[in-house]
Amino acid sequence: MAAVQDGQMELDAEKETKPEILSDGTSNLSGNTASGTLSSSPLTAAPAGGAPKMEDQQTLIAVLQFLKRNKLTDSVEILRREAGLGEDQEDSQATDGSGGGKGDVDGGDANSLLSRVSITSAAAPQSMCDSPLMFMLSAAGADDQPDVSVVLSAYSQQGDPSLYQVYYSGLKNFIESVLDCHRAELSQLFYPLFVHMYLELVYNNHENEAKAFFEKFSGDQECYYQDDLRVLCGLTKKEHLKGNEVLLDFRTSRFVLRISRDSYQLLKRHLQERHNNQIWNIIQEHLYIDIFDGMPRSKSQIDSMSGSLAGEGKREVNKAKVFHGLLKEPEIEVPLDDEDDEAENEEGKPKKKKTKKDSLGSKSKKQDPNAPQQNRIPLPELKDSDKLDKIMYMKESTKRIRLGPENLPSICFYTFLNAYQGLTAVDFTDDSSLLAGGFADSTVRVWSVTPKKLRKVKSAADLNMIDKESDDVLERIMDEKTASESKILYGHSGPVYGVSFSPDRNYLLSSSEDGTVRLWSLLTFTCLVGYKGHNYPVWDTQFSPFGYYFVSGGHDRVARLWATDHYQPLRIFAGHLADVTCTRFHPNSNYVATGSTDRTIRLWDVLNGNCVRIFTGHKGPIHSLAFSPNGKFLASGSTDGRVLLWDIGHGLMIGELKGHTDTIYSLKFSRDGEILASGSMDNTVRLWNSMKAFDEVETDDFTATTGHIHLPDNSQELLLGTYHSKSTPVTHLHFTRRNLLLAAGAYNSQ
Amino acid sequence: MTEREERRFAEVPRESIKLMAESTGVELSEEVAALLAEDVCYRLREATQNSSQFMRHAKRRKLSVEDFNRALRWSNTETVCGYGAQDALPFRPLKEGELFFVEDREINLVELALATNIPKGCAETMVRVHVSYLDGKGNLEPQGTVPTAVQSLSEDLLKYYQQITRAILGEDPHLMKVKSVSHDLDQLNRLLHMVKSLVQNPYLYLGSYVRSLVSSVMYCILEPLAASINPLNDHWTLRDYAALLLSHIFWTHGDLVSGLYHQILLSLQKVLSDPVRPLCSHYGAVVGLHALGWKAVERVLYPHLPAYWANLQAVLDDYSVSNAQVKADGHKVYGAILVAVERLLKMKALSLTLAAGGGSAGLPGTTTGAVGFRENSPGLSPPPEPLSEPPLGIASHLQAGGAGCQWEEWTPVSLPAMYCELYSFFGDSLAVRFSTDPPLGGAPSSRSCQPLEGRKEPASGAPNLENTRKMPQLTASMNISPRQDGSPRMEPQPPSLAATVPGRSLARSSSSSSSVSRSRSSSSRPGRSTSQSRDIFPKARFPLPQAGPPAFSFIIGGRQMGRRCQGRRFQTSFTPTPPLNTLPPRAYAHKLPVIGRVSKPVRRWTCSHYSLHLPL
Repeated sequence: MAAVQDGQMELDAEKETKPEILSDGTSNLSGNTASGTLSSSPLTAAPAGGAPKMEDQQTLIAVLQFLKRNKLTDSVEILRREAGLGEDQEDSQATDGSGGGKGDVDGGDANSLLSRVSITSAAAPQSMCDSPLMFMLSAAGADDQPDVSVVLSAYSQQGDPSLYQVYYSGLKNFIESVLDCHRAELSQLFYPLFVHMYLELVYNNHENEAKAFFEKFSGDQECYYQDDLRVLCGLTKKEHLKGNEVLLDFRTSRFVLRISRDSYQLLKRHLQERHNNQIWNIIQEHLYIDIFDGMPRSKSQIDSMSGSLAGEGKREVNKAKVFHGLLKEPEIEVPLDDEDDEAENEEGKPKKKKTKKDSLGSKSKKQDPNAPQQNRIPLPELKDSDKLDKIMYMKESTKRIRLGPENLPSICFYTFLNAYQGLTAVDFTDDSSLLAGGFADSTVRVWSVTPKKLRKVKSAADLNMIDKESDDVLERIMDEKTASESKILYGHSGPVYGVSFSPDRNYLLSSSEDGTVRLWSLLTFTCLVGYKGHNYPVWDTQFSPFGYYFVSGGHDRVARLWATDHYQPLRIFAGHLADVTCTRFHPNSNYVATGSTDRTIRLWDVLNGNCVRIFTGHKGPIHSLAFSPNGKFLASGSTDGRVLLWDIGHGLMIGELKGHTDTIYSLKFSRDGEILASGSMDNTVRLWNSMKAFDEVETDDFTATTGHIHLPDNSQELLLGTYHSKSTPVTHLHFTRRNLLLAAGAYNSQ
Repeated sequence: MTEREERRFAEVPRESIKLMAESTGVELSEEVAALLAEDVCYRLREATQNSSQFMRHAKRRKLSVEDFNRALRWSNTETVCGYGAQDALPFRPLKEGELFFVEDREINLVELALATNIPKGCAETMVRVHVSYLDGKGNLEPQGTVPTAVQSLSEDLLKYYQQITRAILGEDPHLMKVKSVSHDLDQLNRLLHMVKSLVQNPYLYLGSYVRSLVSSVMYCILEPLAASINPLNDHWTLRDYAALLLSHIFWTHGDLVSGLYHQILLSLQKVLSDPVRPLCSHYGAVVGLHALGWKAVERVLYPHLPAYWANLQAVLDDYSVSNAQVKADGHKVYGAILVAVERLLKMKALSLTLAAGGGSAGLPGTTTGAVGFRENSPGLSPPPEPLSEPPLGIASHLQAGGAGCQWEEWTPVSLPAMYCELYSFFGDSLAVRFSTDPPLGGAPSSRSCQPLEGRKEPASGAPNLENTRKMPQLTASMNISPRQDGSPRMEPQPPSLAATVPGRSLARSSSSSSSVSRSRSSSSRPGRSTSQSRDIFPKARFPLPQAGPPAFSFIIGGRQMGRRCQGRRFQTSFTPTPPLNTLPPRAYAHKLPVIGRVSKPVRRWTCSHYSLHLPL
C-alpha cells in the first residue's frame, strides 16, 4: 500500500519535471509512448546490431501486434528479443520510473508490464502520423499552457480503436460476473475508464469509434454522472479537448477509487489473465486506487461517497489534524445593567442569572483540546466598539430561546419585491440590524431592518466643525440629511454574486462577475477598495468572524484569502477542479471551507494554505456551506437537493438530509447548534434536528480509520418542519442572537 | 452519440453556414462548411453549458439571454444583441410544419417616441417583512399573490397551473378569470386551446375543475367581448371554436358534468330570450346549442325561434346605414340558426329512418356507436351527428327509459310540423339547404320543392308506415330532459305531440299561429304534464298542425353520417298535416334573401375548425 503511494509520488514528481524535458526536445516524452516513430534518441540509443530500418520495424510491429492479439505471448517475446526491440522495454522502464515500483507492488508481475510495452510499440505505425501534430501541440502548449500538451499527449495512440469496445465490454462482463460484494466496488471503475477511453479515442481522431463507444456504454454509467456525460457527448474533436477545462482537470488529476484489497486482487488477476493491457494502462496512468484492508464496501456506502469529478478523496488527505475547537473568548467585564438587574430581582431569580454568567465565563476559560493556539493566526485587536458589541451579544444570548424539536423557531421572511429576478445574494449583519442584497444589475443595496435609518458621515468640512470632545461625537458625525431606509452602492460592472458584512458592521464586501471583490464603507457608503486577482467571476466572498480577513472564490477555480489592508491575496487555495462556488470561514477563523462545481468540499488551513479535508458525496455543484457554532461540524447543500453533514475532526460524512427538491442556496445552524435550517429554490425552508443527527453517529475506531460509515436513512425523523413560502425562493437564512430565524428571498411572480 | 443523441442539441446545418458565408462574400466548400457547422454546434453547446453557471449563481431557474451573453463574453465572443428583455420570449408555433419561433414584432419608433403615455419606471425594489411561521407553526399571512380561483388547488396542481399559465399567458396569472383578457382575442384563443389540451390530457383528472373550465368556455361563447366592438375582429370564429370545445368537454367528460348540462342549456336559453343582449351573444347561444346536439336545439332554440324571430327580423329589415353593422351581425345569427335548425331536421329525419330501418337492432348500440364515431374523428371533430345525446350523466336515463314506447306517434308527425314552422321562417333557404345535401334517389324532387306548391301535392310515399314504427331508443333519449319537460309526451294522444318541446310561446307575437297552439295545447294537455312543464316553461307550446286533411306528404332523404351505417341511404316519408292557415309567417319569410351560411354545414364546421385548430 505504502509502496503504491510512493510510486504515485514519484510519478507526480516526474510529471512536474516533464515540461523541462519537453523543452530539450520531445523525444523523451514521445519515447515513452511512441518510441518507434522517432529516429532520434531512443532509437539511436538502441544496440547497433538490431537497429532496423523504419519500414522493417513497422512490419515487425505489425507482426507483433498480430501475435499479441492471438495471445501468443511467447512468440512475441522471442520475436521481440530477436528483432532488437527489447530496448523499448528498458527505455520505457527507465522513463516511466514508477513503473518498476508499481510492478513490485502488484506482485512483481513483469509480464504485464512487458505486454503493455508491446502494445505501445505496436501502435507505432498509427502514431506516426500523429507525431507532427504532437510536435505542433507541444509547441503551441509551450507558450500558453505548458501543461496541456503533456496532459494530452498521455492520450497518444495506444491501441486499436475498434477494440476499445471489446476491452470495455470484456471488463464489464467480468465485473458483472464477480461476487456481489466485489461487484459494487469494481463497478466504480466503469465511469473513469469510460471517460478516459472515450477521450483517448477522441484525442486520436477516431471520431466514429468514439461516438459508437459513447453510444454503447454511456447508458451504463451512474445517473449522477449525467451532467458530465452531457458535456462529454458533445465533444468529438481533438480540438475541442484543448479548450475544455473540465476535461483537462479530469486529466491532470487522478481519479481516486477506494477498493478493498480483495477486490483489487481480483481485478488485477483478471486483467493479467486476459492481457487487457489497454485497461491496465489507464488504471495505472489515470486512476489512483486507494487500497484498503477489510471488508469490501457495499453499494450504498460507495454511492454515498462517490459522485465528485475526481472520485473520492484519498484517505490520507483527511488524516491531518484539524483544530476545530473555538478560540477562547476574550475576557470582558460584563457591566451589570442596573435596569436588567432590577428586573431580574423583581422576578426573584438573580441567582440564576449569575450562574448563567458563570457558565459562560467558565466555558471561555477552559481550553478546548481541539482549539488552535490563540495566536495561531494573527487576529485583529479588539476595539472598544467591538467590546461593546460583545457585551450586547452576551446580553442578547441570555435571552436566547433554547430551540429543540419541541420548540421550533419562528420564521420571519424578508421578501424582496420588484427585484425583477435580479436578487443574487443576501446577507444579514450578525445583530440582524442591516440587510444587504446583491443584484444582477451590478448594484448592492443596503437596508436598515431596524427603525434606525442609514446615515452617512458628514463631509470633511463639516466634520471639522463638530466638537470632538463631546460624548456623543459618534452621533454628531452623522449627517441627518442623508438618513434613509436604504442605500444603493454603485461600483461593480457585473452581477453581484456574494455579499458579506464585516462583524463590526462598518464594512461590506461584495464579489461580482466583473472579477473584483469590493470593500464598501457603511459609514460613507462608498467603495474603499477593489480587490483584483480572480480575473474571472467571483462567486462568493465572506468576512472572517473576527474581521480583517476575508475569503473569496470564483470561476478561476481557486479560493483566495485576503486581508482588508492588502491589495494582494495572502493565500491562494488551489486544488478544486472546477469553480469555487461558495466559501465559508470556520468559526475560529483558522480554516476556510470551499464548495465547488467539481462536487467536492475542501477545508483549507489558513495558516499554511494546505488542503486538510476533502469531502466527496455530493452529486451536484455545492452552493451552500455552514459550520456548526461549535466548529465541529459542517453542513453542505447542493443542487441535488440534499444536505450532507460532515464531522470535521474525523473527516467523515455523518448525515444525509433528503427532502428538498431543488438547489439549496442557504444553510444556517441555530445559535446553539440544535437546529439546522436549509432554504432552497423549491420555495421552502426546512428545519432539521441537527443535534440528533450529530449524536446518533457512532464514531468508533474502525469507522474513523477506514472512513466507511453506514448512513442511517433517517431524513424523515430528522426533519422537524417544512415551511413554504409562496413563489419565493429562499436565498438566505439567518438566526438572530435570540434564535429567531430570518429568511430572505425575492418574490418570483412567474 | 448516434442520431438519438445528436438530437439532444440544436444543430446548425451546413447550409446555414454557407449562407452566412455568402452573406459576407466568402465562398465555402462543402467540407469546410461541414467542419465549420460541427464546430459551431460544439461551441454553442459549450457556451450553453457555461451559461447555466451564471444562471445558477444568479439563483434563477430560467436561463436568460444575459446569462448566455456572459458566457459568450467570457469566451471572447461577440454577444447577441437585441434580446435584453428579462421576461420570457414566448415561442409561437407556426401552423404549417413544426416550426417554432420567437415573435419579433415591429415597433413603430415614431409612434413610440410621440406616445403620450410615457411608460412608468420600474417599481422600486423593496423589502417587506412578515412573520411567516410563529414558533414553527401556522402561516399567519399568506405571501405572494395567487389568484383566489386557484388557491384551493393542491400543490401538484398548483405547479401544473403555474407551468400552464407561464406557458400560455406569459405573465398573466389570471387563468380562470377570462374577463381580464377579454380585450385580446389572441389571448382568448390561446386560452381556449389550452382548455382543449387540458381536456384532452388523459393523465389529468379534472374533477370539479371542469366546471370552471366550462364556465370559462361559456364566457367565450356568450359574453359580448370587448373585442367584438371592433367589427374587424373575428370573434365569430372564437365563438364557434368555443362551442366546439364545449361539446367536446361534454363528450369526454360527460360523467363529471352531469348537472352542468342543464345549467348550460338554461343559461343559453336565457341569453337567447333576452332581447337586450347583443346579437353576438345570441349568435353564441345558437352556436352553443348547435354544438350541444340537435336535442338541445330542439328543446331550446326551436321553441324560442318564433319569439326571437321577431327581433331578428326587425334588425334585418332595417336598412338604415347606422344599422349596417348590426344587420350584418343579424345575418350571422340568422345563418347560425339556419344551420342549427337544419341539422335538427335532418337528425330527426335520420332518427326516424333508423328507427324504421333497424328497430331495436340498429339502435341499441347508439351510444357506443356514437362514441366510436367520436374516436374516429379525434380532436375537435365537428359535433358528430349523435342520435342519442352525448353520454352525459343522464345516459342512465337514456338506457332506463328505453322501454317506453309512448312516442311513436309523436315524432313522425312533429318532424313535418317542425319543418313547416321552420319553413315559415326561413322559406326557401331552408329548402335549399336540404336540397344541397347528398344527392338522393327519388326523393329530391319533392324536397327541392317549390315549397308551397310542392306541399299541396298529394303524398307520394307511404303515409301509413309511421304508425307501425317502434322507436324505443328515441323515446328514451327524449326522456332525458332534465326538468321533466318531456313528460307531457307521456300522452300518446296526437294532440299532445305539440307540447313536446318546451319553449315560451308567449313572446311569439309575430306568429299568428301562437294563439292557436296555445289554446290547443292547454286544452289537450293533461294536468300533470302541464303543471310540471309550466313551472319552468310556462307557455311551452308547439304550434300544432291541425289534424286537418293530410294534404300531402314528402320524403326527406339523406345519407347517414355515422360510421355504423356508412353510405346507407335512408328515405323517409311522412304525412305532415300543416294547415295552410298556420303558415302566415312565410309571408315575410319570403322577403329574406338566402343569407347566412348556405354552403354545406359540415364543410363549414370543418373550415372553422381547421382555421382555428392549432396542434398544441
